[in-house]
Amino acid sequence: MTSNKKDPVLVVLQMSGAYDTVNTIVPYTDPHYLDHRKHLRIDPEEVLPIDDKVGFHPAMGPLKDFYDQGKMAVIQGIGYPNPIRSHFRSMDIWHTGDIDKTGGSGWLGKAIKEIDPDKENILTGVNFGRGLPRALAAPGVSVASVGTLDNYGVLTGIEETDQRTEALEVFARMYSPMIGSGEVNDYLSQTGLDVIKGADILNKAPGMYSSTVEYNGDYFSQWVKNIAQVHLAEFGTRVLYTGLNPGTFDTHANQAVTFSRLWADMSNAVTDFYEDLKEHNANDEVVIWMFSEFGRRVKENGSGTDHGAGSVAFVIGDAVKGGLYGEYPSLKPSKLDEGDLQWNNDFRGAYGTLLEDWMGLDAKEILGGSFEQFDFIK
Amino acid sequence: MADHDIALMAHLMRRAGFGTQYHELEARAAKGYEATVEELLHPDDHPNGLELDLAERYFTEWNHYIRGVPEYIIWRMINSKSQLEEKMGLFWHGILCTADSKTQSYPTSYAEWEMFRKYGMGSFRDLLVEISKDPAMIFYLDNCLSHKEAINENYGRELLELFSLGVGMDGEFNYTEDDVKECSRAFTGWTIANNVPQTPYGRYPALFVYNPADHDDGEKTFLGETGRWNGEDIVDIIAKQPAAARFLSRHLYDFFVADEAPVPAWMDTPPRDMDTIKMLEEEYFRSNYNVRSMLRVLFHSDAFKNGRFSRIKGPIETVVGTLRLIGEWTTYKPGMEVIFDEMKHMGQEIFNPPSVEGWHTGREWIDGGTLVHRINFIADNVSDLTKPGIQELADRLASEGPTLSPEGLVDGCLRMLGHYELAPETRDMLVAQAEAKGAVVTDGEEFRQRVAQTLQMIVATKEYLYA
Repeated sequence: MTSNKKDPVLVVLQMSGAYDTVNTIVPYTDPHYLDHRKHLRIDPEEVLPIDDKVGFHPAMGPLKDFYDQGKMAVIQGIGYPNPIRSHFRSMDIWHTGDIDKTGGSGWLGKAIKEIDPDKENILTGVNFGRGLPRALAAPGVSVASVGTLDNYGVLTGIEETDQRTEALEVFARMYSPMIGSGEVNDYLSQTGLDVIKGADILNKAPGMYSSTVEYNGDYFSQWVKNIAQVHLAEFGTRVLYTGLNPGTFDTHANQAVTFSRLWADMSNAVTDFYEDLKEHNANDEVVIWMFSEFGRRVKENGSGTDHGAGSVAFVIGDAVKGGLYGEYPSLKPSKLDEGDLQWNNDFRGAYGTLLEDWMGLDAKEILGGSFEQFDFIK
Repeated sequence: MADHDIALMAHLMRRAGFGTQYHELEARAAKGYEATVEELLHPDDHPNGLELDLAERYFTEWNHYIRGVPEYIIWRMINSKSQLEEKMGLFWHGILCTADSKTQSYPTSYAEWEMFRKYGMGSFRDLLVEISKDPAMIFYLDNCLSHKEAINENYGRELLELFSLGVGMDGEFNYTEDDVKECSRAFTGWTIANNVPQTPYGRYPALFVYNPADHDDGEKTFLGETGRWNGEDIVDIIAKQPAAARFLSRHLYDFFVADEAPVPAWMDTPPRDMDTIKMLEEEYFRSNYNVRSMLRVLFHSDAFKNGRFSRIKGPIETVVGTLRLIGEWTTYKPGMEVIFDEMKHMGQEIFNPPSVEGWHTGREWIDGGTLVHRINFIADNVSDLTKPGIQELADRLASEGPTLSPEGLVDGCLRMLGHYELAPETRDMLVAQAEAKGAVVTDGEEFRQRVAQTLQMIVATKEYLYA
């Protein structure tokens, strides 16, 4: 369990599009790797070695530093039974933890409900991006989903103060749920009400923030900065989420260049975030979870890779017991699952560790069962 | 003319188009519902009212080689009288997805949209052949990198999963992983000349090329049928599957009638209106896969006519609909780029669907971020009394008499927006707000302000999120 005085906070960075597992954590001495990857092979000389078997992609230097400091858990061979190779469906599975049915509640939505069952804090969960990930969606749970933190609120075009106040009062009444109006209308009502409550608070965050860290200008880095701003504003937010646009890591073609650039950008954003928290003595308050919806085909298709199965995920933070977890799946052709890495640990086990050991929640309830966990939290 | 007819026409024009100002609704209602449906279904037989020649001289960037293709598309959505033709472009763009973020070639995206214009209401089979030859698609889903000796499954898989069959229906899978591979083999050799990105010679459209030397001509077993299939054979086999009829019927229902479950759930989630879906499926086979025939059946169905305000509007519909209502962008002027930012912040960037699955629609359009953008955009525009459409709307209400009751003001605004319907509780709140501000005298500037304020509140309602 955590010994933090402050409530533990989980930051989720969704690496959409399915990053190529074997070129992220590279099995650089495995002869099968060299066989499968004639063109997209990472030169063993350039790999940032973890041990004599695996190492980081050369663009992930800053993340490797976290690993070297014992602050990063690398979860190898992560996946789920009967892997699905459709982006949407597989992401949905990672979002809900339900491998059988689509459209269920999100694991973090349920976690937020357990943290704040009476909805005392409208900002227990905050998402940055366009569109709320299903991971954060659950009936009766409000999550603010912020595109731009600087101008978040409704009817901001009404200049006259009294008129806007009155308009917002009517707005709040119009968005009060009406009995029997159905699930979608209830959702719209709640979203409308939460927007006006959340906006009042969130609008204050940028003004309260100052930092010497300069994030990159791309949208993802800016959202990561927004996560820092909201965390440092101490609104009691416990789950902060952002991600790449869907398909960003979907490197069917020309993988070599895109992939290096993406990991370089991601590594910088995470490092900036950590440095920012550190500058504010908040670096021990947060654990970061980074994942993608599946891995990619072990054999390259030319200049890219097709959809695969077994993946690798990352946990970063001062509270993390760094190291390798899970086994690196075998690359022997006979051990592959339709050409893809076999998973050997269910992602819901890692969710369980995050929920129980970091967040102090009942994982069984949230995940609908018990899954073998790792011990990656101090 | 009965309000009923105008309300029905308003519904048709919101669904088969992007909404229409009140005077045009009256004119169309006078012509009749059936005549309007036929006019919409046959854009080639009716003038679209566009002065494209003049527009292209003004928007010199409309040469489609530099930029300006989104502007051109949106311009047509706003101003074309052939509203369904434009709407079908959006329909197919959301299903047969490509993204400029990857293709980086507006000339090629432009060619795709023109292809939708040409084939979008014809045979679904022909459309699937055309999209398989579409240079933007071939580049977007890497079919140009799929070779006889090394297939790239990206297009083969998405053709089945997202463009024609869906993963499954009625709890059964529609195809296997082997079918994906066989399908991909059949499309080897379907490639492009002039690689799509703009280097080294600048931007120009890519062209479809069939390269027999790179085509895997071997025997393939696809959906149970064995032969030396090429791409067109695969499409023939796809088009005759019951799952293809179901796929297209559900998409048409979702886009034109009422929000359906998200596409990936279709395997386990039955259609919300099986009777209408069955009717569309029958028409699919009866008409030899003809989209126009299915649309005709749909627009005349009770499900469609009774399905008012049961679909949450998408951002492009919202923005274009608002611009048509306020009478903006009917003439040429610079500065259209802002429109695309608005759509993007509401969750829909034209030519950049978030992934090959297209946009997630229905309630998924709405979250704390997109709701804010949507409401603020519409509210700011409908309360802008410099806009001709809003002036006309206010004048029309003023012409109804020297004073209006508070109910008259609220109901009049709802009528002018296309016979919008509010829950009684919501309407009561707006009436009470109007009452509190005193008598509604229709003479003068204050009246216009009252209309603007009323419109602002109406478009902020939950009900107005729907169409």
